[in-house]
Amino acid sequence: MVEIISYIFIVVGLLFDLFGCLGLVRLPDVYNRLQASTKCVTLGTCSILFGLFLFRGFTASGIKALLCIVFLILTAPVSAHAIARGAHISGVKLWDKSVCDRYEEDKEAKS
Amino acid sequence: MRRFRWVIGLLMIVALILGLIFYPPASLLEWQSISLMRFFFILSLCSIFCLYRILRGPTPADRIVAIDILGILVVGFCAVLGIPTGRPWYIDIGIAWALQSFIGTIALAKYLEGKGFEE
Repeated sequence: MVEIISYIFIVVGLLFDLFGCLGLVRLPDVYNRLQASTKCVTLGTCSILFGLFLFRGFTASGIKALLCIVFLILTAPVSAHAIARGAHISGVKLWDKSVCDRYEEDKEAKS
Repeated sequence: MRRFRWVIGLLMIVALILGLIFYPPASLLEWQSISLMRFFFILSLCSIFCLYRILRGPTPADRIVAIDILGILVVGFCAVLGIPTGRPWYIDIGIAWALQSFIGTIALAKYLEGKGFEE
């Protein structure tokens, strides 16, 4: 029973990985691609690792999988935010049909 | 013409997935569970998508995003490999790779801002 639940978690994680990478190919803009592919981390790989934890239980590899989940959840939004900020500062244009750009308005209001 | 090219690409991807699921290579049939092998193939398909974006990214930011996601996918590879083989040190490789990928992504983002590292 526990094995079936862990398989379900792993399949859900793989589906999120696949859709995130499909969005990385398909979407038109750096920011859109970042928004699609960050779902790979928290829902995809963390779900695979949680499936591994359910499969192994409280053994060495299971507890290491839990540690890896905590580390990924702490670090992945930080790196995504750093990439988006760096791209906006280095002057990557938004897509033509983008609606609003609050960071540009903030920079104009400060200066 | 553009839609025609999209249809041909989709057909090729679907044929690749179906072929890998239903007719796997014989050298990989020695694994414990056949479904885990399919998980491995799906992850390699995702990494092929990431490699496409690394090759054809119009700006450096696209390539950095793809490199970040590729590092995350390697952690998934290590987790999937740790299940059928039963060796606990695969997930150690995953933890080390996640740490190194995070530091590398932060360094590349600082490079993208055009500032020095001493700030």
